[in-house]
Amino acid sequence: MVRLIDKTPKVTRRLFMRTGGATAAAAVVMPASILSGKAFAADPVALSVDSFNTLVKMARDLYPHDKLPDAIYAAVVSGHDAKAKDDAGFKDVLEKGVALLDGLSERMGHGKYAAAAKEEDRVAVLKEIEKQDAGFFGAVRGSLVTGIYNNQEIWKQFGYEGESASLGGYIERGFNDVDWLKG
Amino acid sequence: MATFEKSDNTVVVVIGSGAGGGTVSNELAQKGIKVVCLEAGGRYETEDFINDEWGSFSQIAWLDKRTTSGSWRVAKDFAGLPAWIVKAVGGSTTHWAGASLRFQKHEWKAKTTYGEIAGANLLDWPIDEDEMAPWYEKAEFKMGTTGTNGIPRLPGNNNYKVLEAGAKKLGYKEVHTGNMSINSEPRDGRGACQQIGFCFQGCKSGAKWSTLVSEIPKGEETGNLEVRPNSHVVKIEHDDAGKVTGVVYADKDGNLQKQAARVVCVAGNVIESARLLLNSNSSKFANGLANSSGMVGKHYMRHMTGSVYATFDKPVHMYRGTTMAGIIRDESRHDTSRGFAAGYEMETLSLGLPFMAAFLNPGEWGRSFAQSMEAYDRMAGMWLVGEDMPQLTNAVSLHATEKDQYGMPVPNVHFDDHPNDIAMREHAYKQGSAVYEAVGATKVLRTPPYPSTHNLGTNRMSDNPKDGVVNKWGQTHDIANLFVSDGSVFTTGAAENPTLTIVALAIRQADYIAKQMASNSI
Repeated sequence: MVRLIDKTPKVTRRLFMRTGGATAAAAVVMPASILSGKAFAADPVALSVDSFNTLVKMARDLYPHDKLPDAIYAAVVSGHDAKAKDDAGFKDVLEKGVALLDGLSERMGHGKYAAAAKEEDRVAVLKEIEKQDAGFFGAVRGSLVTGIYNNQEIWKQFGYEGESASLGGYIERGFNDVDWLKG
Repeated sequence: MATFEKSDNTVVVVIGSGAGGGTVSNELAQKGIKVVCLEAGGRYETEDFINDEWGSFSQIAWLDKRTTSGSWRVAKDFAGLPAWIVKAVGGSTTHWAGASLRFQKHEWKAKTTYGEIAGANLLDWPIDEDEMAPWYEKAEFKMGTTGTNGIPRLPGNNNYKVLEAGAKKLGYKEVHTGNMSINSEPRDGRGACQQIGFCFQGCKSGAKWSTLVSEIPKGEETGNLEVRPNSHVVKIEHDDAGKVTGVVYADKDGNLQKQAARVVCVAGNVIESARLLLNSNSSKFANGLANSSGMVGKHYMRHMTGSVYATFDKPVHMYRGTTMAGIIRDESRHDTSRGFAAGYEMETLSLGLPFMAAFLNPGEWGRSFAQSMEAYDRMAGMWLVGEDMPQLTNAVSLHATEKDQYGMPVPNVHFDDHPNDIAMREHAYKQGSAVYEAVGATKVLRTPPYPSTHNLGTNRMSDNPKDGVVNKWGQTHDIANLFVSDGSVFTTGAAENPTLTIVALAIRQADYIAKQMASNSI
């Protein structure tokens, strides 16, 4: 019998990022990777509220999973925010990046980025900033790859079960239960 | 467990404890020879491993500074991570997937078989199938390779079943769960595979052969082997006569120590092996040790690789079970009617959600990428691995300015695909896609090569001291008591996963070293 996974979201209100040594390791692979370990806070500690919200919008546009709540994206931006508190240079990259994002969006006739109604318009702005400010874009994008997909809270929603050794592996839990292949 | 004095100049010093170093250490210890194995990384036992991709990467991956150059995509996407290998006792055998295939007969004779290929420095190995057969037998027995020695193959998991169904529809004939050095039944004091997945993260049941769970404890039991973790060798020293006398290594606190030696075996996994020889330059050997040919670091190979992931309407759960127990071998032949020389294997492969996001198509974002990720549990995947062409300009060299934590120049890894590699990859992508389309794939994704797991060449084996670094025993042409014991000796890469061949060569080399020592030739 096929063993399926309950994909019902179980994301908690206070959302903790995964932390530990993975941060340093991911940083080798992912540019400016940020896994903050900070809970999603309502008030940013370094960035302006507008910048914070713009970055959350950008995060969702980069990796648009309609089934994920904003909290998942905001948790990653909280990591940026926390880092910006201790790192003036990084704060500058983010604030200038957001300003450029808004500027480009306005020049392209969509108003400020986060206010642009159509996703396709915002994506067009992102494609432009990817060319114009690779440092800002890469820092945000790279951190999202680990910040979203290494967040255990979302794994089951994607049908991934994570750690299995403590459960005896999959030998009795569906390692060969695929049943739709025809001879 | 033995401990030896640092001043003991009767020991063999083995640098590295992976497939080559761990095996040569144990083989020598079994013969009564005293061995000090210096391992740069820490020691993590089976129970210490972590079923978590980034967590495990942080625990055991080699993360020391490295740089990249060349047109390969890894240099763009993972500029500081040319290779995905391990810094820990057991080396990359803790991370390997277990695929244990012998070279095919013709692959020992690449130059003769493939002829002259422009831009490729092909060479025949100075050994052949007959010479290697008994050593392969010993390696397969030691490692408990399925499909040999009467050991049953592993059961196929979900990812394999999809691969197999597609392969059969295409008419492929040689399709099975592979020759895997992972116990399908209890053997050699270790249990059977529990289908945990996470083969790359260190096997948490001990079913997978590694030097950590097999060679090293066996060697230690003899009382002749001391494995010294957190001992990163920075230089090999020599005397006025040009014989090596010992090594300098940084201990866990970063303090430099010396270990004397009668013989030194270098097995640091290609990039480090070449770097160490180059960094061991002296007034006598200005271009580095064993480098009179100028070939140290040259002909770096990494296999033609790539992956095909396909999404389906219904669940697959490819990550459940043994990662690489599944193979199609039909394309591994040499058949130029396909538009390229040499061949490739197609092997099941899966990544967890975190690594899938990082490697599926590095840099991609947007709806299409997000949709692929949302199909994660309906995805099947395979790895393509074939022979790449040895090129003089693909090389490990010392960085001009960048230094590591011990002040030694870091390695730069330069790689450009050869046109033959590109043609082979294109064919492999097409065939891999066809396998999945035959069983109803809704979308097929061509994933570019990951950072290198199969690092080969840079100290290549040749009878001729002018075009190679080591002779047919892995003994350097220039220095009789200096050996290379890892995949860096590969003259050419063949299509097969290299570990079995590295182990077979190490067993054979230990036999030679013991005889040379007994006759006082070294």
